[in-house]
This record gives sequence, structure tokens and C-alpha cells, in this order.
Amino acid sequence: MRSAGASPVSAVEKAQADLERIRELKSRISGMERTRLASRAVPTLPAFASLLPGGALQAGGIYSVAGSMTLLMGLLSAASASGAWGGVVGVPEFGAEAASRFGIELARLVLVREPGDAWLPVTAALADALAIVVARPGARVSDAEAAKLAARLRQRGAVLISFGSLWPGSEAVLAVTGSRWSGMGRGHGYPRERLVTVRSEVRGGRARVAQLRVPGVAAPLDGVAEARPETSVPALRLERVS
Amino acid sequence: MNGSSADALTRSIVLWCPDWPIRAAVLQHPELSPDAPLALIEKGLVFACSTAARAAGVRRGLRVREAQARCTELAVLPYDPQADARFFEPVLAAVEQTVPGVQPIRPGMCALRSRGPARYYGGEAEAVRVLLAVLAEHGVPDARAGVADGPFAAELAARRAAVAPGPGPGAEPSVFIVPAGGSPAFLADLPVEVMGDGAFAALCTRLGLRTLGALAGMRVDELVERFGATGARVFALVTGRDAQVVVPRAPQRTLERQLAFDEGLDRVDQLAFAVRQTADDVIAGLTTAKLVATSVTVTVQTEDGRESARTWLHPRWFTAVDLVDRLRWQLQGSGSGGGELAAPVVRVVFTPESVDAAHHHEQGLWGDAPDERVHHALARVQSMLGHDAVVTAAIGGGRLLEDRQVLVPWGDRSPGGTAERAAQPWPGSLPDPLPATVFLPRVGVALLAASGEAVAVSERGLVEGDPALFAAASGARSIGSHAEALRLARPIEGWAGPWTVDEKWWDPVAARRVHRFSVIDADGTAWLLLFDGAEWFAEARYD
Repeated sequence: MRSAGASPVSAVEKAQADLERIRELKSRISGMERTRLASRAVPTLPAFASLLPGGALQAGGIYSVAGSMTLLMGLLSAASASGAWGGVVGVPEFGAEAASRFGIELARLVLVREPGDAWLPVTAALADALAIVVARPGARVSDAEAAKLAARLRQRGAVLISFGSLWPGSEAVLAVTGSRWSGMGRGHGYPRERLVTVRSEVRGGRARVAQLRVPGVAAPLDGVAEARPETSVPALRLERVS
Repeated sequence: MNGSSADALTRSIVLWCPDWPIRAAVLQHPELSPDAPLALIEKGLVFACSTAARAAGVRRGLRVREAQARCTELAVLPYDPQADARFFEPVLAAVEQTVPGVQPIRPGMCALRSRGPARYYGGEAEAVRVLLAVLAEHGVPDARAGVADGPFAAELAARRAAVAPGPGPGAEPSVFIVPAGGSPAFLADLPVEVMGDGAFAALCTRLGLRTLGALAGMRVDELVERFGATGARVFALVTGRDAQVVVPRAPQRTLERQLAFDEGLDRVDQLAFAVRQTADDVIAGLTTAKLVATSVTVTVQTEDGRESARTWLHPRWFTAVDLVDRLRWQLQGSGSGGGELAAPVVRVVFTPESVDAAHHHEQGLWGDAPDERVHHALARVQSMLGHDAVVTAAIGGGRLLEDRQVLVPWGDRSPGGTAERAAQPWPGSLPDPLPATVFLPRVGVALLAASGEAVAVSERGLVEGDPALFAAASGARSIGSHAEALRLARPIEGWAGPWTVDEKWWDPVAARRVHRFSVIDADGTAWLLLFDGAEWFAEARYD
């Protein structure tokens, strides 16, 4: 398998060097892509800056959120607050009041609660007109369908967030890997504040981890009335990972 | 001066249907008898009452309770001004058929110029007799008519006709004809209250001026200075210079279109295809009148004689395709039902309910605004899934989360008072942070003690058992049995509660008493639980 002259160790070293080089090239490519896409960034909360490639949701991009509605609302909130229309397909348990506390403008958020089998055409129809569409895939998406929708999204500059299951070709897959509540005891207290660990698998990159605090700002029990620039959008706050 | 003022006077006929609101209410509710005591209520006060009620002492302006005290068998209905106008429309049309140029003054009263009909029928009395006969034919046998110079005097003459028949040849009990030129004298005897201006009437009465005639002795500038516009109007009336004229309404265009089938159609797609032309006609009719419809009632009659009508709103305005869609949704009910209908349809009627001038709805010069694109996309989804499938949420009032979100189908108005209810304080509603996942309907879960027994909350709101295990099925599925609960149960990290929500305990039907709990499961996810009856439900999840 290997050429006779080279020792196995040096072959491994060479392969590792190649890998490094490939990684470097890849990151350079993605860096170049980022600058191209950055001009079409969709407003995103600063809390997600380190988790998303390019620091924000990119128009035409597809993202996946696994299971956490709070993360989903966090992703939607800044865009909706800045005037974009949003749509949520096939997520009947979307809590409207919590969404409005996140700064999501409910009048510009369209809910299609039970799309049934038509979830993919509905998602595609909404993506034609709305800036951000959240869809819970009702069935596995074939690669051809996914590619068709991805092209449509790129053309329209819409963002698709797949909720609950992984979408092929997602820019990033966000999931909550840990959650710690404060304020609750055994038989007393109230779920007051929460520290969540979010893991983001970025396509063609390494996983990123960040800790977010919910609620981030303007929490009634926070007790600190310091001036915060993002107070206008009550939402998540980023904590540095130690 | 004199000549021009005489020209300005329009000899007018006013037709008056006494107690019209009552008549309209009886037409709307056929189960009511016009001879029974009946009162229509607006803002807690009697707005109109039937003859029987009046005989029992009920008067306009009484409080409901007082009216009911005076007449114990009084039937009470809310006053519906739209029904008033709607049922007067056929009457107006009938009058219009006989004599063109009718001015509707209010539901129950209309004015006409008298010159044309008086000439045609050979005299005012004859013309009025014909008109009253027409009204009697259309269900108003007790209508009154007044003829005078100017519609104002004619209206008062019609009201006078109810009390006493007028003078002159061929006087009938229901007609009061003021001779030409006699209006100032007729008005001079009337009390100042007829001007319909309460402050003016009160002031005049205090000054000792009880009739309009008493004011006639004053100079016009004095009247205007003291009483403003009403003073000027009184002066014009009592000196015979009433410049008010009868302004006939434009003949109503019929915007409604209908389509009848000799043989009933029993498939939605057939029907949708058949009504396409009719829908186009409706829109074409509106376009010709330079109107757009923002709400349309679709009436469907089936072979077995049943009729279903539904009024549809449109966020912008209806196009022909939208009309066909609404018909389809109405037939299929909510959701995408099959093609077969319960009974063959024999008639479809499209009635534009509210129309607006088309120029208010012109598209921008540079194409569609982004919101219109949104609307098109949503209309497409609605035509795929049905009207109710696309909703926007609004925050409502209530303590439980299911009450606090109100889902409004795209294009409909949110129910009145939603925002006001949401703004009220709701002691017992959740503080921040709110759970992002809200289960609608709530999902059955289980909260168990370490021994595996279900935890319960006593009648007094005390926890019985020490919560240690929590079981929830994956997805939004409920837990089926205790065995399944034991299998899925996992230890909890923390719990708190109960917070009792005790609502409408005074109403045995709507009363609701649930106990809320917060639980943090082994994964660190917090749940909001409800203990209702003897079972545990997940109301929401903080995920």
C-alpha cells in the first residue's frame, strides 16, 4: 500500500500535514465566502455571533435547530424586530406569548400549524415571500427536493430554519447540550433563570460551544439596573465559555 | 330675495314607518310577535319599544331593569342598526319603483319631491295614498305621510299625522298635508325640542321661548349671535326660507350575483369550475362601479333546502379567484376535505357586504409592496390548506397559556377586545421567563413519588406525596397508562408548586380549578404542569 522508501511514521506525518493544509485552505475558502455573504446578513442577536458562521444568519442559508424552542425564538427575534416577516410551519406548540417577549412581532409572524403532507410546498410558498421560515420537516427530505428548495432560498434571500430534525446541507446545526436552572428548589421557588450550553456544528468547520443565559436582559429578578445596549430586544445574553 | 327663497323651497313628501327598529327586529327574529311587548336596547337603555310595551309604560331612554320592572313579560333584544337599514332597503326599493328619486333619511323614513308624483297622480293627497298603499303592500300598514314645504317640515308633518289627521280635502288619518306656503305657520306652533338640539331646547325653554314661532319675532343676527347655527336654521324655517332640498339617492346597483343549477352539483371541483364565471361577474360589476369588496357573504343552498351563509373578510380586496376559494373553503369546512359534498348544491350567491372605493386600493406605481407579496404567498397557502390553516397569533387575556394566545385566521379581524383583555392584570398568570413550548391541547404526563405512586393535590391545595419521578412521552403524545408512566419515569431535579388557578367559581359550567407545578427533569428541562381533576398534564415546556 505504501511506497517502500517511506516509513509509516513519516507517511502519517505527511498525511497530517496535508490535512492541516486542507483545513487551512478550507477555512480560507469559508473566510472568503463569509465576506461575500456578510453583506446579506440577516439581523441576528449578538448572542449567536460566535455560534453561527459569519456571526449571523445569512440570507439564503439553511440552519437546523434541534428541539429547543427558546433557541429558535432567539434566532427569529432580531430579524422580526427589525421588520422582517416570519413563518412557522408545522410547529403547533409555538408559544406566541413567549415569542412576543423575545421581541418577535406577532403581527408579522405567520403560523401554519398543521400543514400535514403539504409541509414542503407550504414551506416553499412561504419562503417566496417571507424573510425567515421555520419548518418542522414532516418526513425525510430527499436530496433533490432539498437542493431545489435551497436554490429557491438563495434566489429569494430567505432563511430556512429546520426545527426538530436535521436538514441536509445546513450551515449550522444548533442544539442545547446542557441546561441549568436557578431559582428552583425541591418544593419551593420558581424557574427563574437558566444557563444553557449551546453546541453549534458548523458545516465544514469545528463545533462551537457557547453558554447563553435566559432571560438575558431586562429580567425582572436580575436586580442589576445597569445600562445594556441590547435592552430594546429582551432576549438571550451570551456568557463567555470558561 | 322673496322670489329666490320661494324657489328654494322644495315641496316634499316624507314617508315614515313608526317603530321601524321594532319592525326590523321582528323581521329578523320571526319567532317574535309584533304585538308582544318588546324593547330594543342600546348601551343599557331602551332604544325603541313596541306598542304593547309602550302601553305598559316602557319609554325610550329607560334603563333595562326599570323597563322590565314596568312590564314583566318584556322581551329584550340588542338594537342592531345594520338590520334596521337592511330590512328598510326592500321598502325603499318598492317606493323607488313607484316614484323615482327617493332620499333615505334614516331607516324607517324617506323623503321625495312631491311635484312629480302630485302631477302624475293628480294631486298630493292621491300621490300619498298610492305611496302608502305601496308601503302597506310591503308590510308597513301603519305608515304615515307628511307633505309640506321642505323635507324638515314634511318630516314633522308626518310625525303630526300620527297624532291628528291634517286639514284639507280628503284628509286621511295617516296623512298630514300642510298647504303650500303654510309651513312657517305650521312650524311656528311646534315646540323648540323638534330641532333635535337638546342644549338649544333647554336654553330656549329657560328663556321662555317654548315654540319656534316665539323665535320668529327675533332678528336673524340676534338669533345667530345667541344660538349659532341652530338659530340661523330656526330663522330660515319659521320665515319659510328652508333651503333644504330632497337629494335623491343614486339607484342602487345590484352587486350581488347568483348562480342556480337545474341539477344539483355534488362535487367541489365541479362547483368551483361552474361558479368561476359568476365570480368574474361579481368582480366585473364592482369594477364598473369603481368599487372593491373587502367582505363578501357566500350563500350556498343545497337540494334538501338547507342554506349556509358565511361572511368572509379579505385583508385587501376580493378577486374572482378569491371568491371561488372562499366558496370551496365554505363547502369543505376547515381543512382540506374530500371532493364529495353532503348534499348537491343548487344555488350559490355572492353578496358583497362591504365595499370601498377602488382608488383607495390602487397598487403603487412601482409594483407590489413587500406586504402584498406576503399576502399573495399566504393566500396561496390558504388555497392549499383552507382558510383556518394560516393564522397569526395575538396575545389574549387569561391565566392559563392556552387562553393567552388567540389564533386569528389570516385575513380575519382578531376578536374584539383581545388587546384590552390582554392589558388587564391577571393575577395568577405566569411571570417571566415564559415557556417557549405551549402544548395545545395539553399533554398527559405523570408525576410520581419515589415509590411509583402518583402524586396528587388535595381539595385544599396541599401536595400529597413527595414528587420524585417525572414521565413524559416523546413528541406531543400523552402517556397512556400507569405502566407506561413507570417505564418512562426519571428522577426530577427540582419542583415547585402548587399554584392554584381558580377561575369563574361562580359559574358551574365555566368554572375551572387547576393546580400548577413547575418541574425540572433529569435533562435540566423545566416543565409547567397542571393537576386537573385527578390527572397530570403538561401545559408548557421551557426548552
